[in-house]
Amino acid sequence: MPDKFTKKTLSNGLTVMLKEIHTAPLISSWLWYRVGSRNEVPGKTGVSHWVEHMQFKGTPDFPSNVLDKAISREGGVWNAFTYLDFTTYYETMPADKIDLALRLEADRMANSLFDPEEVASERTVVISEREGNENSPMFKLSEATQAAAFRVHAYHHKVIGDMADLENMTRDDLYEHYKSYYAPNNAVMAVAGDFETEKMLERIKELFGEIPAAPSPRQQSRPEPEASGELRLTVEGRGETTFVQACYHFPAASDPDFFPLTVLDSLLAGASNLNMFGGGISNKTSRLYRALVETELTVGMSGGAQATIDPYLYNIVMVIPPERTPEEALTALDAEILRVQEEKVSEAEVSRAVKQARALFAYGSESITNQAFWMGYTEMFADYDWFLTYLDKLAAVTPEDVQRVAQKYLQKKSRVVGTYLPVNEEMPNE
Amino acid sequence: MNKNAFPGADDITRVVLENGITILCRTNFNSPSVVLRGYLPAGSLFDPEEKLGLADFTASALMRGSENRDFQAIYDTLESVGASFGFSAGMHTLGFGGRALTEDLPLLMGILAEGLRQPTFPDEHIEKLRAQQLTGLALRDQDTGDMAELIFDEILYAGHPYRHTGDGTPETIQAMTRDDLVEFHRSKFGPRGMVITIVGAIEAEEAIAKVEAMLGDWQNPAQPPKPTVPEMEPLVNRVRRDHKIEGKSQANLMLGFLGPKRLDDDYMAASLGNSILGRFGLMGRIGESVREKSGLAYYAYSSLSAGQGPGAWYVSAGVNPANMEKAIELISEELTLFIEKGVTGEELSDSRSNYIGSMPLSLESNGGVASALIRIERYDLGLDYYRHYPDLVSAVTREQILAVARKYIDLDRLAIATAGP
Repeated sequence: MPDKFTKKTLSNGLTVMLKEIHTAPLISSWLWYRVGSRNEVPGKTGVSHWVEHMQFKGTPDFPSNVLDKAISREGGVWNAFTYLDFTTYYETMPADKIDLALRLEADRMANSLFDPEEVASERTVVISEREGNENSPMFKLSEATQAAAFRVHAYHHKVIGDMADLENMTRDDLYEHYKSYYAPNNAVMAVAGDFETEKMLERIKELFGEIPAAPSPRQQSRPEPEASGELRLTVEGRGETTFVQACYHFPAASDPDFFPLTVLDSLLAGASNLNMFGGGISNKTSRLYRALVETELTVGMSGGAQATIDPYLYNIVMVIPPERTPEEALTALDAEILRVQEEKVSEAEVSRAVKQARALFAYGSESITNQAFWMGYTEMFADYDWFLTYLDKLAAVTPEDVQRVAQKYLQKKSRVVGTYLPVNEEMPNE
Repeated sequence: MNKNAFPGADDITRVVLENGITILCRTNFNSPSVVLRGYLPAGSLFDPEEKLGLADFTASALMRGSENRDFQAIYDTLESVGASFGFSAGMHTLGFGGRALTEDLPLLMGILAEGLRQPTFPDEHIEKLRAQQLTGLALRDQDTGDMAELIFDEILYAGHPYRHTGDGTPETIQAMTRDDLVEFHRSKFGPRGMVITIVGAIEAEEAIAKVEAMLGDWQNPAQPPKPTVPEMEPLVNRVRRDHKIEGKSQANLMLGFLGPKRLDDDYMAASLGNSILGRFGLMGRIGESVREKSGLAYYAYSSLSAGQGPGAWYVSAGVNPANMEKAIELISEELTLFIEKGVTGEELSDSRSNYIGSMPLSLESNGGVASALIRIERYDLGLDYYRHYPDLVSAVTREQILAVARKYIDLDRLAIATAGP
């Protein structure tokens, strides 16, 4: 994929990333804010995600529900995501219409109203979103394991937030969060597509250049102390299916160990697809699939990690059939992990993981939206160079590296094992 | 290639092989990869009543072993090069699709040809798949969205083949044998009516030669004609079923009516009408009423499902159980307004420009173009369909939308399904 791009910082601190791609008459614009559940404290969990919802509820210039219609009218698509480390808003538009998206984003960086009635109405929408999540056994299980894995660090709660906070947060809590974190010096504007770099940069300066910087938004986090033993927990609920989730602490994306661990993940659980759009590849030849699904100890298995600012988790999820037990699956998992710790993997397995990553990158490069995504996303936890050198860094991984990180990170004493157990006894008075 | 060009007769290559396979190709050298997609008429319409899920089970077993390779070798071929490929059964057709770096297209083609022509259906894999399917059905039973949809289809399509999901039931999956799969493959798979699209960094001649080499000599005299789909009459009155699933926080709602077929003259009017009703912006009028104004739901939108047989026009929502009746009331009000007053000129103009303006994006990737080529072939739309598309969209009038709304939407004949605590 073409790697020529321009990175500039405006005087108010806004980082601008531009990449010309002239294959289709499209432009994708992504505005990223360095704020997510990582920046939240108890009592205000879920505030970042709720603020994201409120960003669609109007400014004096773009009243509520006008902006989404305006984008759609021009044939654009738009969406927003809140995650652990970031909140992002994107629009992909016909190239000659992108100005609307740029004006909209500049406007709502500073001028959103947070009208109290809109806040009240959106409270029940967000609660409904959480209730939809709660319908899923895996949401309940992963919420419990995440909370157990992080006692101190803010990664301990789900991005959607705890129900208690969704019920009690006020309009002022939301507005204060918005005013603290939505500022040019806490944001990255990434634009890719069919434009001329000089003109695009000028237009972004015109629209965003006058927005004042905010006092440095709070970014320090409370590091999670080293785990001092394996934690096990059980979540009970209706249903017939047992799930087991094993979580290991995983380093930050900027840690050099991230890359040998990525190769290790490919070998153990199959290549993870890092693209925001478009599916990945199957994992049926991975070591864990063979050890768990081929042997019928589980009927499904998946694993993967995320690129994050602070150390997060490597998750392995196993779906247990009725005639098997979670312990049997865990024993087989541990045997496979012991194998990568004791025996060096082959050079061929490492180069296979690199080829898989190369193919997934090629698929991702078809989409201009995905290309703009990568520029901004990597700036949230490292920088765009992380993406540009990704394949080289994977290619430099040796079998010794893979063995070393397997020994260092996949330790029983620093993991959480959660089990979702179906219970269906008749309830009294029902 | 002109970056403004949509696929058309001058850049789509279409050939029909002697054995009946249609191939469509479009070249795109912007990325070093290719997408391979297609179908053949071996879908779950062929499922006998006592073997529901047969087409789906057969599709899931095609890559479990072939005369050349065992299961691990098949997936090793794919996964070693970061390629993906799979089969899945739909109502009318068995679909297949995957992608690879261009240099690996022959591998993908090989897996396709072996899956179609030489599957061995190993016993041990039949048992593994059975366990996986039974778990899938158990999870479906606990999923409020899946169950609302399943019950909605049972109500709307009572007595019609479309009432089945294609997944089968625990009883039919439990009873399925290897012989059933072998026989389904022997008697239903064949080249007649098969369609293959290849889109990406490869010249059409080269792609066609590869398909011909792998599948050009495939024959199956036993292959039956395409199954036909019966017509369907609307419900005679309102039918509602509420399905209880314990321990859930949210309930799912589906309500709606029969809708047009894809090839009906009023399809485009219904599609634009549906956009206004429950899609445009943040889920159209229904999203505005149920989510934006009332805060009752995270999502509430309408859909038009139009294919070869009788279509469905329906509204889906996820709501707190306490708000279910209120949500149904609000949606009913929007439907009433829609059939009484129709849409405004501004709304129609907005949705028209959305449809036309979003074309470059939907046709940006190889996958998007492959889907467009499949649609062209499945519904015989003509190779220049996407060049004419803006005219078709612009031609739709408010009167046509009002007429199609009144034809299909009737609150006295509503199908309503809910699933939740």
